[in-house]
Amino acid sequence: MPAALLLKGGRVIDPAGEIDKVTDVLIEDGVVKAVEAGARVDGARVIDCAGKVVTPGFIDLHVHLREPGHEYKEDIASGARAAAAGGFTTVCCMPNTNPPNDNRSVTDLIVRRAREAAIVRVLPIGAISKGLKGESLAEMGEMKDAGIIAVSDDGMPVMNADLMRRALEYARTFGLCVVQHAEDKQLAQGGVMNEGPAATRAGLRGQPPAAESVMVARDLELVEWTGARYHVAHISTAASVRAVREAKRRGLRVTAEVTPHHLTLTDVACCSYDTATKCAPPLRSEADKQALREALADGTIDCIATDHAPHQAQEKDVEFDQAAFGMLGLETALGLGLKLVDDKVLTLATLIRRLTVGAAQVFELPGGTLRAGAAADVTIFDPAAVYKVDPATFRSKSRNSPFRGWELRGRVTHTIVAGQLVFDYGSEEVARG
Amino acid sequence: MKHLLGIEGLSVAEITKILDLADTFAEINTRPIKKVPTLRGKTVINLFLEASTRTRTSFEIAAKRLSADAVNISGSTSSTTKGETLLDTAKNLQAMAPDVIVLRHSSSGAPHFIAKHVDAAVINAGDGTHEHPTQALLDAATIRKHKGKVAGLTVAIVGDIAHSRVARSDILALTKLGAHVRVAGPRTMLPVGIEEMGATVFERVEPAVEGADVVMMLRIQLERLGGAGLFPNTREYSRYFGLGPRLAATLKPDAIVMHPGPINRGVELDPAVADGARSVILDQVAYGVAVRMALLYLCGGGASSAAAEA
Repeated sequence: MPAALLLKGGRVIDPAGEIDKVTDVLIEDGVVKAVEAGARVDGARVIDCAGKVVTPGFIDLHVHLREPGHEYKEDIASGARAAAAGGFTTVCCMPNTNPPNDNRSVTDLIVRRAREAAIVRVLPIGAISKGLKGESLAEMGEMKDAGIIAVSDDGMPVMNADLMRRALEYARTFGLCVVQHAEDKQLAQGGVMNEGPAATRAGLRGQPPAAESVMVARDLELVEWTGARYHVAHISTAASVRAVREAKRRGLRVTAEVTPHHLTLTDVACCSYDTATKCAPPLRSEADKQALREALADGTIDCIATDHAPHQAQEKDVEFDQAAFGMLGLETALGLGLKLVDDKVLTLATLIRRLTVGAAQVFELPGGTLRAGAAADVTIFDPAAVYKVDPATFRSKSRNSPFRGWELRGRVTHTIVAGQLVFDYGSEEVARG
Repeated sequence: MKHLLGIEGLSVAEITKILDLADTFAEINTRPIKKVPTLRGKTVINLFLEASTRTRTSFEIAAKRLSADAVNISGSTSSTTKGETLLDTAKNLQAMAPDVIVLRHSSSGAPHFIAKHVDAAVINAGDGTHEHPTQALLDAATIRKHKGKVAGLTVAIVGDIAHSRVARSDILALTKLGAHVRVAGPRTMLPVGIEEMGATVFERVEPAVEGADVVMMLRIQLERLGGAGLFPNTREYSRYFGLGPRLAATLKPDAIVMHPGPINRGVELDPAVADGARSVILDQVAYGVAVRMALLYLCGGGASSAAAEA
């Protein structure tokens, strides 16, 4: 067991426990012992948190760790280091690896590699269909026993409505949530950015926003019919938000996540042909961005998820049409989130909720709170630290961030997983010399 | 001028300067000896990674008439067919120290991409469905020659606006010069937000060409018939969106007809109109050489070396 930790004098924000005050957090035996001023235990290591914010560890429901198969982009160890540096103590990794995580042996491998090499909790998401091909159901029961926490064919939308219906029914049997990358492939047909005035000007093939909302609308009908749990990955359009809001009102078991980049950038960014801006779903219009911000504030969108998608230079230093989809997210999420606070979109407490318990509830994960007895997964950040984003300093193996050179506020100083300090910005900087 | 990546970044003064220079160079093309030493010792690489005959030939002739050494690389002879990336191709060409790289590429933004990685001036000879700036400049030069001006004219562009780099560059160039630009075609061929680029949108061709001083017919790309398709067949397209004798008879008496080529005779343009008195299509081709001479001169350092000699 690691030594006890005393997090002293920080502003503790725990939305799940309805705490927002300057106090101390005592951690012992890997769990939160107490959140109260003056809490102490002999031999505890003290971390001075004055001026800092202390929150439950962030949870990211959507990352690509690229292992097995694409370790040159990222692996479980490097992805976990990037997560810790970004304040995430739990990440859920998508199954589009090579081979894909569509059966128990791959799940076992990921779980074992996570145990051996990851400094944060890594929870695998299994495939919906064998080979992510959208043709027949993957072995969800065995994968569940091996440790998956949800199913998704992320990157490969489930086009076949009958397969989607069966997936919802079968996943429900095992208590698994179905996560959909909502994109009608025929409507999207090769589009490399959002269809609209920006794509027209840039001469790039656009995918209409309806490519997403048509799929969300279809799925919601199937969710109503099956009574299953359904989660919209990286929701990106005003019409999808409207559909989810209405479905929630009707009592469907529906949740949604949004990425920091869809909350921050619009399709106009693609007009520079910077391939770092190419992602799926594509960056949308200003009106869509505003709708996403409102929905995140009012709870229609449950959480922020990064869709951390590492790619190497050879996949991005090419023509825009040829570039890989996706961008990094773990190490810029907090700074972009605090921009939303600065823009008066969210309160700080709501931002923390959407990064912690809001995410935990989607997959019914245990974390996301600092209540006494909870696992001691904690993030400490300095809200006043301002810095310039420099991908060269990322812990990720990849550098594909469109936020290069942006000035952001809010630096993670400490990340604690199960009572163990896994990231310490100060000493890491010292170690780097 | 360092690069010519698109009309979008050009000022009215720059466009006018190019057109004036093109008029000067046009005179050279009428001489018995059509060659001047302006770009002697300069190297121009025509990197055409997408099929083109007219534009590539036009650039090659323009370079040779200015005494530059022109090297032509086409898609089928380049290393890209062996899997070399565009970036590596550009870096290798750069290592041979060319002064100008003229790029034709099927991906929008490709010239902007290589311009970040080479020292040579990059001229966009057509990128995907984005821009074709030299075509727009030769169109403007042709219009100016026939009409004496561009400002105040009404120009109708008819056809597949969505997939046309010519349409985008023409809209930008002609509106900058003060023309009123209309675009027309079936809704499947009108891109979202094209009016934000300064064009007035028409779905039917008859009202679009009514009162127009210039009618620009775009080539229909027959490959667009694939999949769901943008139109049912060429017969119906020709009937509703083509320019035949009956529609041509409704044009303003002095209206001119243009086409960037190559023409699908009998589809978007009836042969009688293409070869008729209104047609200035071959004047466009002739001006293409002069406009490209002007651009090679401006981008290839002709202006600075001329100043140094003077």
